[in-house]
Amino acid sequence: MWESFGFEFINFYFIPGLVLGCIYALGAIGITLTFGILRFANFSHGEIMMTSSYLTWEFIMIFTSLGILAHPLIGAIPASICAILLALFVDRFFYKPFRNAPTIMIVIASFGMMLIIRSMVQVIWGPNQLTFVKGIAKPNAYIRDLTASFDFMLLIPNKHFSILIGTVLIMLLFNYLLSSTKIGKGMRAVSDNPDLAKVSGIDVENIIKATWIVGGFCAAAAGVFLAMDTQFIESTMGFRMLLPMFAAAILGGIGRPFGAVAGGLIIGLAEELSAYPWFGDGPVISPGYKSGVAFSIMVLMLIIKPSGLFKGKVF
Amino acid sequence: MLRNRILAVENLFAGYGETEILHDINIEVAGHEIVSIIGPNGAGKSTVMKAILGILNINRGSIFLESKQITGVKPSDVVKLGVGYVPQTDNVFVSLTVQENLEMGAWTLRSGLENKFDEMYTLFPDLSDKRFQAAGQLSGGQRQMVAMAKALMLDAKILLLDEPTAGLSPKFRHEIFSTIQRINESGMPILMVEQNAKQALQISHRGYVLVDGSNRHTGTGIGLSSDPEVARMFLGSRGSV
Repeated sequence: MWESFGFEFINFYFIPGLVLGCIYALGAIGITLTFGILRFANFSHGEIMMTSSYLTWEFIMIFTSLGILAHPLIGAIPASICAILLALFVDRFFYKPFRNAPTIMIVIASFGMMLIIRSMVQVIWGPNQLTFVKGIAKPNAYIRDLTASFDFMLLIPNKHFSILIGTVLIMLLFNYLLSSTKIGKGMRAVSDNPDLAKVSGIDVENIIKATWIVGGFCAAAAGVFLAMDTQFIESTMGFRMLLPMFAAAILGGIGRPFGAVAGGLIIGLAEELSAYPWFGDGPVISPGYKSGVAFSIMVLMLIIKPSGLFKGKVF
Repeated sequence: MLRNRILAVENLFAGYGETEILHDINIEVAGHEIVSIIGPNGAGKSTVMKAILGILNINRGSIFLESKQITGVKPSDVVKLGVGYVPQTDNVFVSLTVQENLEMGAWTLRSGLENKFDEMYTLFPDLSDKRFQAAGQLSGGQRQMVAMAKALMLDAKILLLDEPTAGLSPKFRHEIFSTIQRINESGMPILMVEQNAKQALQISHRGYVLVDGSNRHTGTGIGLSSDPEVARMFLGSRGSV
């Protein structure tokens, strides 16, 4: 049974789906937080992801030139700080002036930011793909041998292992932030009812800053994890992530961070599992149509249950 | 001018954008008073509350909290200065627990949060066993209590209630009114807007009748509820409350 079905399914479809789902989930957290707290669809979110992967690449280069052999996750630390500062900068000078304006203005401002940030990255690092990590990712030998001795061999490359563990750690931290810290409870309160938050004395501007910090950090993590997974970076990678991230946020319910996590995992798994040969020999849906899966889920959800799986907001 | 005045609205003209709704409104609340604003629909009762909170445009006039001018101060600062406000609808964070709601009410409180929780659970014993339940799961009356407790977390100098009994059953209405009296007896001045004019006036020290955005009558709670003109205007037409 394991040999015929499980081995291939788990190692070549389920685990990659889970990894992709983690990346979508991290990205969708930022989308759903901005949607819940600032009430707009942030088109530039994918660009924060993309920029942080370029910055990570740059920091790895700097470390290497100093003679330090750095893992991408080391380069990601200064890169995520830069990404957070970028998110705060963009909010202060491009979104804050529109705080009391009709929502469509800030949506268009974010669309503009998307184009500006991407072009800036192309000016600095060029329009071509860059190699993020060289070589072929081999499965972790320890996990392979350990699981093989129990008769179900798991082939997990180190990069996937890091992504899964990293995502779980960030989620635990995020859960602690939202449920146990004052700023996190404030974020939930503003997302729940912004007008009431204002007349309750909550400092909404500080909450907005915290939102960009958390969203920016998760976007940076998603960007670096995506770059680690695909092993290359390019200036359109953020834009390509935008649709599945929005689909994840809508599926989980807008303004529901844990919904976004569940949504991300579902979309990631659905995209990978749609290519599994469920019937016959060929994939059910050609891998070329993967992004169509996310799009179909989003459209279906908006038709059947616009509030998402976890009762989010409907605008 | 009243002695021991806590809140005063003087010659207020205000509205939304171009539309002026309030014309020359005067309202005062003294310490330890319950004051009701009553009037027909569209008289501008809730608008007065929003003007005090700084939510809408003030064209002329002033608002004082004790001796401090708070005209045009933004809502979060008015709250910090000591005006507790309970909106008519959507007045609790439904996805937060009761205790988290109270904590949000105490946003600027630096210390003594635990003592404040205890104080509120003593004042609202019904909330004590529900403290870790989401506020959205509570009944209308209990939600109203959460909203009031939330507004009282920051040592408020005055509590503003916008139609606290709207949409509640007679049983809960009675309970809310007696809670309001209990809060007042603990030393909190209260200014409320009410549709249930008769019951509101019965527990009020004084009342204001607003018609078309202007002051029409002023008097003691008992006095107004027995005034034949006031009775004809709203009390009678609404039937016995």
